[in-house]
Amino acid sequence: MSDLAIKVNDVYKLYRLGIKQQASENLSSALASFIKSPIKNYRKYRSLYRFDDVIGPSDSVNYESLNILTALSGVSFEVNRGEVVGIIGTNGAGKSTLLKILSRITPPTQGTVEIHGRVSSLLEVGTGFHPELTGRENVYLNGTILGMRKREIDRKFDEIVDFSGVEKFLDTPVKRYSSGMRVRLAFAVAAHLEPEILIIDEVLAVGDAEFQKKCLSKMQDVGKEGRTVLFVSHNMPAVTRLCPRVILLGSGKILRDGPVDEVVSAYLHAGRGTTALREWTDLSEAPGNDIVRLRAVRVREEDGTVKEGIDIRKAVGLEMEFEVLQGGTEMMPYFTLFNEEGTTVFSTIDQCGEWKKRMRPEGVYTSTAWIPGNLLTEGTYYVRATMKTLERKKRHFNEPEVVAFNIMDTVDGDSARGDWVGRMAGVIRPLLNWETSYEPRAQKSMIAGG
Amino acid sequence: MASTYNDKDRFTLITPPGGWVSVDFKELKMYRDLFYFLVARDIKVLYAQTIMGFAWAVLNPLVQIIIFSIIFGKVAKLPTDGIPYVLFSTVAIIPWTYMSDAMAASSQSLVGGQGMLGKVYFPRIIFPLTPVLAKLVDFSISLLLLTGVLVYYRIEPTLNLVYFPFLVLLMMSIPAGIGMWLSALAIRFRDVKFTMPFIIRMLIYSAPILYTASSIPDQYRLLYSLNPIVAVVEGYRACILGTPMPWEFILPGTVVAALLLFSGAMYFRRMEYVFVDVI
Repeated sequence: MSDLAIKVNDVYKLYRLGIKQQASENLSSALASFIKSPIKNYRKYRSLYRFDDVIGPSDSVNYESLNILTALSGVSFEVNRGEVVGIIGTNGAGKSTLLKILSRITPPTQGTVEIHGRVSSLLEVGTGFHPELTGRENVYLNGTILGMRKREIDRKFDEIVDFSGVEKFLDTPVKRYSSGMRVRLAFAVAAHLEPEILIIDEVLAVGDAEFQKKCLSKMQDVGKEGRTVLFVSHNMPAVTRLCPRVILLGSGKILRDGPVDEVVSAYLHAGRGTTALREWTDLSEAPGNDIVRLRAVRVREEDGTVKEGIDIRKAVGLEMEFEVLQGGTEMMPYFTLFNEEGTTVFSTIDQCGEWKKRMRPEGVYTSTAWIPGNLLTEGTYYVRATMKTLERKKRHFNEPEVVAFNIMDTVDGDSARGDWVGRMAGVIRPLLNWETSYEPRAQKSMIAGG
Repeated sequence: MASTYNDKDRFTLITPPGGWVSVDFKELKMYRDLFYFLVARDIKVLYAQTIMGFAWAVLNPLVQIIIFSIIFGKVAKLPTDGIPYVLFSTVAIIPWTYMSDAMAASSQSLVGGQGMLGKVYFPRIIFPLTPVLAKLVDFSISLLLLTGVLVYYRIEPTLNLVYFPFLVLLMMSIPAGIGMWLSALAIRFRDVKFTMPFIIRMLIYSAPILYTASSIPDQYRLLYSLNPIVAVVEGYRACILGTPMPWEFILPGTVVAALLLFSGAMYFRRMEYVFVDVI
């Protein structure tokens, strides 16, 4: 028995886009096109799934001119047994198409997929729920649709009902349920699937925070049980928490495939092209003026490595390397931190006593501002590097979005989130000291009684 | 799409569509519980929130029998080889109601199930076959009506009844074959939905439901016998009323029904890969 669970070999998926209708200019041409339209329509609907004319050994086909969309082009990867792999990418990157091919909903246009083991795919919760059937009947129907056998559902039935919390309404038609109850029942069924390979689309996007938490912890359990999981999501914190390995798709191709911190950062910075390191080799092109020029900006984790993905518990160093070309001026290195929404999280000025209010001689300086661990919340941060002077309006350089980094929580239990996997609000997430005082109940009532 | 199964270590190879593939019975067997629950769903849902419930399974053919008996029996006085018209038409309308209902439901099964089609995989062929089984419940209930009519006319069962199970299978194969063809066509061309009503209306006249098979001129008999509905209707009549079994209709009809079933399954399997992409 090999360790391979899924092997995707050079998969392509093409779609035909809508074929434009020609407008008729006069009555007779309108009549003619009306008569001819059945034949035209037939050809149109027939051509929707035929690609014999465009698939060939040559790569020279111009798909765009043929009105063909390449949802996937040449995707190959392997997943081993027990791996939990996240699939991320922007809208239209091909994530859903890939998932549909892996779950056998639609075939690839070219290429093959090998799957070793029993697959369950969860592209939606509650597929096949019928409003007229009772909760009990829907559990069985939905369970078998997802690939369970009847005796398997019999065995887990009580557990499923328990999990859903709708036991009182089991014999009521689902159409009388609230939408929340319906989702809970549907998810309860899905949560009790025991496939060897689980393929999940963004089903976690539905439901309230409580429900999402249940989903996430259930998924973590599934991963820990040694099952193979493919998880497609836009929810970066969730991907970071669940998937050690991530595949980044972009316009139907695999852009990155590797450890989560690398790939997630690559994805987050892809849009802006900002990374944890920015260096200027040619000093004459570097930001600044004749007095001082910026040479490099780096983001370091507390052990000193330059890194984009940083553990939430570790300190982050923002480092500015600059060269003073003309001595005799005072300098104030200054960083401003912005989050994904563009909110200013804080700004900070070098308060290092040594160089405070002191004219700097010529030479290369490296100043680092340390942000303590357990202060920033999960997400992406963009850094602006500025060199201020004591004169209020004068500055030597001011570089927005010069570097960026990503704070990640792996939920090991000792960060500010502890074991909680749901959403946590707030711009920052400090780890605070809590104190609890406690009075036992019995004692209190005795006092009240006495 | 080739696949082999084994409960422990299942291997699936997903390939681009192409060529003809046979029905994967092993896979169907694995999904038999789903098949069962889908059939159960169709049965439970059909008469949900009705006052009459399953009585509709009797009322529907009953109303047809009354109308036909008045128009064709009393007014037009069609010959029935000496059989009372009510008895003559009851024996035919009950299987006909099954076949037309199952055919209509089966042909729309994929279009109706497209929500599921795009979200989960299971053998697609279950879609058109579900109504074929589900409508058997109505058929069984309407047999009560038939029994009532038989008792009223004091018809006693004969040895011909041994053919009854065979006729049921033959009767099921017709909507199954046509359903596979039409459901696969209907998902691509919604025209099927608009042609179904008149196909069914024409089919009722293509078989000896309202008139006798003996009224067909001899030179057209062979052509006529190719219609499997003729075999079912004439077969039931002989089987229940005890007249000689019409093998000259049953044999060609069975061959055609088998061809319909086989070709329908092949066509369906060939087209099933494109369903999701053309919804």
